[in-house]
Amino acid sequence: MSEHTLHFKPAEGFRTRSKAVVDNPFLRQSFRGAMDFLMSKRAAQFPDSEELESLRTLGESIRQYNLAKLPTLLEQLEANLTRNGIQVHWAETPDEANAIILGICQARHARLMVKGKSMVSEEIELNHAAEAAGIGALESDMGEYIVQLAGEKPSHIIMPAIHKTKQEIAQLFADKVEGVDYTDNVDALIQIGRNVLRQKFLEADIGLSGVNFAVAETGTLCLVENEGNGRMCTTAPPVHIAITGIEKIVEKLEHIPPLLSLLTRSATGQNISTYFNMISSPRKAGEKDGPSEVHLVLLDNGRSQAYADEQLRKTLQCIRCGACMNHCPVYTRIGGHAYGTTYPGPIGKIISPHMLGLEATSTMATASSLCGACGEVCPVKIPIPELLMRLREEAFSEPHANPAMVGQGAGYSWLMTSVWKGWAAVYRSPSLYGAATWLGSRLSWLMPSKQGAWTSVRVPLKPAPKRLRDMLKERGE
Amino acid sequence: MSARDRILSKLKAKMPSTVADLPDVAGWFATHRVVESAADKASRFRACIELAHAEVHAVTTANWLTTLREVLRAKGLDKILVSEETTHGCAVLDEFPAQGIACPVYDMAIEAWKTEMFNATPASLTAARAAIAETGTLILWPDAAEPRLMSLVPPVHFVLLDASKIYNTFFEAMQAEGWANGLPTNSLLISGPSKTADIQQTLAYGAHGPKELVVLMLTEDEQ
Repeated sequence: MSEHTLHFKPAEGFRTRSKAVVDNPFLRQSFRGAMDFLMSKRAAQFPDSEELESLRTLGESIRQYNLAKLPTLLEQLEANLTRNGIQVHWAETPDEANAIILGICQARHARLMVKGKSMVSEEIELNHAAEAAGIGALESDMGEYIVQLAGEKPSHIIMPAIHKTKQEIAQLFADKVEGVDYTDNVDALIQIGRNVLRQKFLEADIGLSGVNFAVAETGTLCLVENEGNGRMCTTAPPVHIAITGIEKIVEKLEHIPPLLSLLTRSATGQNISTYFNMISSPRKAGEKDGPSEVHLVLLDNGRSQAYADEQLRKTLQCIRCGACMNHCPVYTRIGGHAYGTTYPGPIGKIISPHMLGLEATSTMATASSLCGACGEVCPVKIPIPELLMRLREEAFSEPHANPAMVGQGAGYSWLMTSVWKGWAAVYRSPSLYGAATWLGSRLSWLMPSKQGAWTSVRVPLKPAPKRLRDMLKERGE
Repeated sequence: MSARDRILSKLKAKMPSTVADLPDVAGWFATHRVVESAADKASRFRACIELAHAEVHAVTTANWLTTLREVLRAKGLDKILVSEETTHGCAVLDEFPAQGIACPVYDMAIEAWKTEMFNATPASLTAARAAIAETGTLILWPDAAEPRLMSLVPPVHFVLLDASKIYNTFFEAMQAEGWANGLPTNSLLISGPSKTADIQQTLAYGAHGPKELVVLMLTEDEQ
């Protein structure tokens, strides 16, 4: 319903956009405050470190067990959903997924689709595709509704409007919602959103949702939420379409309680979300509400590429809690929009290259100090720092045959590789190293006084006149 | 080749040859979660769900209708949606209309009265199937008698909970009731009234679902 077309920005502008945010004290303050809030809420949920560690280990083993059986489980899920009356569709690309969803809408002559929060629908840019097909796509999660009204994209996977102050939202509502006067009272703002969207839940032809977990053994789609808009979208309209990545599947229903506990505690510091919604079939004979048609769209979009490599497969363990971005010193400073991808932050850096190719995302993995916070808080123990190192290698190494990733070597430069090769040779050989440091200490006057970003806030780097080995030698004598 | 076959063949070609043992979920719960007495479970459930802003009233089979009526009055409500196919719904239908509280029933498919449900149904009463102490959670399995929208659309949702049906954990509930053998069209965990913190991390209740959740915790009549 936004006025302009919103494509994700190419990741090449990552540096420029990052700089713009770093220079904006208001955005910096919004993100810093929000991340501090989310970090302390999470910490309060895990007072017992032994419990946390054993639960993370269990979560990791559940995700790895299920990924190891992924194709078998997808077939089992499809069989059980079909038996339950839910129609299953498969899409390799975002275009295929959009075509499937719009096909279902057009068959019902649908005019309005209400959407529960779904990052996969952002990934395929469904709103844009629906608009082009003349179908209104309205976000109903409060945060998503706000960013859609503003003509923006979510800046956080759990809290989409985290970059906005309540005053900005108050002005947005006053400008864009009919008959609304300016108020920055949060309760009043939420009631405005509630009233607008209730009418839409009542009118909508299609409800669209994501999926947090799909259970193969029972054929069940699970949704986690607080607002109730997810339940509205999956219950009030006559048709429900769910969309999910192929990786969000578990074999056993008993795998859900540990993952749900890890998800809500890591994401927002809640011991459980307000609603946990388990959907196993469309409306049955005699039932009085619920959609008469339920569809599930299973999307690949690069996930099978990650799956093919044992190390990269760990990327798919993710349960989308957002804790890695909440704890990331880079995300906290540049916010979600700078990345230009659907998924920002550490998880965005390791999943986006599979979706968009390394040509468009080669610099993403470099935006990390490798401090390790993301890996430390990840509830399913994805070794994010290791994967960042791997992606740097994939992006900047010399192109070779049979690469593990599309776009391998996209960032390759002969000069940079040669410099590093030279550096490695010097550091491997004691005599070369000795000669190089000797030369460095003699030629320190050659160092420029302006050394780019370094000297903008620091004194220039200069090799010391005396090397450590020389000082030690003097001391020994 | 269809998209399905292409995706599955790509995955199957790279599937690991060995699969780890089934994760020991039961073992983790056995060593990390307490098993409490009925009274402790009831008080833990109550404390947790109250923390999530739900209102809880301890009632008995003798006085629950009186309590329900008093709470309705206190909230200025004179209308409550009930089921005519449940014993608790029938009990309300027997008494409330004569006392000036209108009791519409969910007796036809939603398409016939969707606008009224959304615009003129201020409260509803459903039963909970069970509850979970650990997280202060109600378990609802909506059915033909008490359909899905009944616990979602009305701004005030009353829930009758048999206090003897409280499990320690979600895991215990699904194991004890054999959920893996089959789930209904929709099953729900509800842990408070609808809420959001999407505007500047400020908590607000009544986002899209019920603004208020009132739990009537039913215990046997005192001797």
